[in-house]
Amino acid sequence: MKNRWRILVVDDEEVMCESLAAWLREDGYLVDTAASGHQAIEKTRQVDYAIYFVDLKMPGGMDGIETMMQVRRIRPEASIIIITAYATVDTAITAMKEGAQEYIVKPCNPEEISLLVSRIVKVKNLQRENTILRKKLSRQYVVQDIVTKNARMRDILALCQEVASLRSTVLIQGESGTGKEMIARVIHNCGDRAQKPMVSVSCAALAETLLESELFGYEKGAFTGAAEQKRGKFELADSGTIFLDEIGDIPAKLQVDLLRVLQERSFYRVGGSQEVRVDVRVIAASHVNLQQAVSEGKFREDLYYRLNVIEIRIPPLRERREDVPLLARHFLERLSHELGKDIRDISEGALKLLMDYNWPGNVRELENSIERAIVTCKNHELTEDSFAFLALNGGVGRVWAPPAGMSLQEMEKVLIVSTLQRTNGNIKESAGILGIDRSTLYEKIKRYEIPR
Amino acid sequence: MKCFYVAASPEVSVEDQRMVSSTMASEFGLPVREIRVPSIDFAYDEGRRQYRSVVVLEMLARLCPDDASKLLALTERDLFVPVLTFVYGQAQLNGRVAVFSLSRLRQEFYGFPPDREALMERAAKEALHEAGHLFGLVHCTDRTCAMSLATNVRQIDSKQASFCAPCRARLARTKGVLA
Repeated sequence: MKNRWRILVVDDEEVMCESLAAWLREDGYLVDTAASGHQAIEKTRQVDYAIYFVDLKMPGGMDGIETMMQVRRIRPEASIIIITAYATVDTAITAMKEGAQEYIVKPCNPEEISLLVSRIVKVKNLQRENTILRKKLSRQYVVQDIVTKNARMRDILALCQEVASLRSTVLIQGESGTGKEMIARVIHNCGDRAQKPMVSVSCAALAETLLESELFGYEKGAFTGAAEQKRGKFELADSGTIFLDEIGDIPAKLQVDLLRVLQERSFYRVGGSQEVRVDVRVIAASHVNLQQAVSEGKFREDLYYRLNVIEIRIPPLRERREDVPLLARHFLERLSHELGKDIRDISEGALKLLMDYNWPGNVRELENSIERAIVTCKNHELTEDSFAFLALNGGVGRVWAPPAGMSLQEMEKVLIVSTLQRTNGNIKESAGILGIDRSTLYEKIKRYEIPR
Repeated sequence: MKCFYVAASPEVSVEDQRMVSSTMASEFGLPVREIRVPSIDFAYDEGRRQYRSVVVLEMLARLCPDDASKLLALTERDLFVPVLTFVYGQAQLNGRVAVFSLSRLRQEFYGFPPDREALMERAAKEALHEAGHLFGLVHCTDRTCAMSLATNVRQIDSKQASFCAPCRARLARTKGVLA
């Protein structure tokens, strides 16, 4: 590991410089030398040295302390060791006050210098490991927050990580409560914009004029009440990500403005004449089928294609029922802690009930149901009784009626398609659920031309 | 075929030089030749009362025979580099010439009676260490390996007169060594 660290030895005496460099190279470090403070600064701008050995007395108007101060401005994390042949308490204090990590008097004992370097390297290795782990932790946290063992969801998460560092627009489609914003956050947090802001706007919540000024900002005096200039969400998200939720609900005029931003990466504030340029990654989400909205003339086709560069379709919870117990336990653990209740488990019966429920409100509804059950729970376990309210909602044991006018064959096709979706195309499992042979299922898939 | 040269300055005994060359021959499996080199008195530093190893290496580079792949010299003089109080030896990393001193390997240096066996053992380890640098090896973290860094004789005594498996593997990748 240690030979990855680069060291710069700065001394005007060539033999001093080279002999220390040679000795450190034998120890496996990558070592460069500089004959003056100015040369050291030049090299510092080009190479990221971790450790510096700087001679205190150097001619040319730039001594060791001055060199160290300039190096620290460029590489504040570098460790600097001041070397001197003439040790005085004053110079040692000055060196340490200006940020030298160590102060050594030459000639020094090989043991001393070897221990010194290995101690610094040990700390540097730990610091680097810490940085890597922190990065890993923050990445995994957001991905882990999406609790799933569903193959389609796993594919989605893999895609998120793949596209995270691209600037391409992402369109996330899925029913309400499936976690579209969470997926957007995964994309933002896994990419190189993670340290920059992610700004969310719900396009459905605001009227046309309000949404326009919310997105693009306005100039002072643009309209009554515009007492001063205000920056819009696009400007606030500059160099980061903007998440446009419920994009299907934006009015026609704003669709044109949005198209312009996506094409030109620039816009005008409301009432403004000066073009504002931004570097923003756009992630849009919609609970309505945008393609259908395009065919119905409610959504601009060109905007749809601009948004739909990378498409993510989140399956509804009823199509990934295997995630229900995982999510239920995840929410139980988190919410019982947040609500200060000591509820440790969820009964098998309760889990079965949750698995059978249809979850029209998807994961959000499941989370709310767990919260409600925790709040009203009197003991340490959530049971079927804790979820009695779900039956009242009509989700469990509801008498289900097929749409009117559907033929038996159409019904059979719908049932086969939905079963295959639920089992991720697993023929054996689907045949088991449908109560037919695998060969019969194959035959029906062929007959109904069901894509697999 | 090029040879590994073991050189000695005039004050070094023929027996000591022979011991080092036989260590080199058996460890590296290379043809070894012996030569005598001039005194290194020119490298003496009045202020330090020691000998500058850097200029000794420069002299050795000039004297290195054409058929020498590497040259390792031994001396009785106490060596130093300006920034350190002393060095047991110095090598051009992955280069042609190296030197090491018997001075601080002797028990007498520390005020003890002479111990020839200890001297020969330490000399074999130091010779392997500097030769390892000539073949591109850097310090090893295995404290028993000849390539581990020793800054006192206690550390030299606690290592073996051989290379650890990873260092041997690295040497084996060097053409013609450990063949």
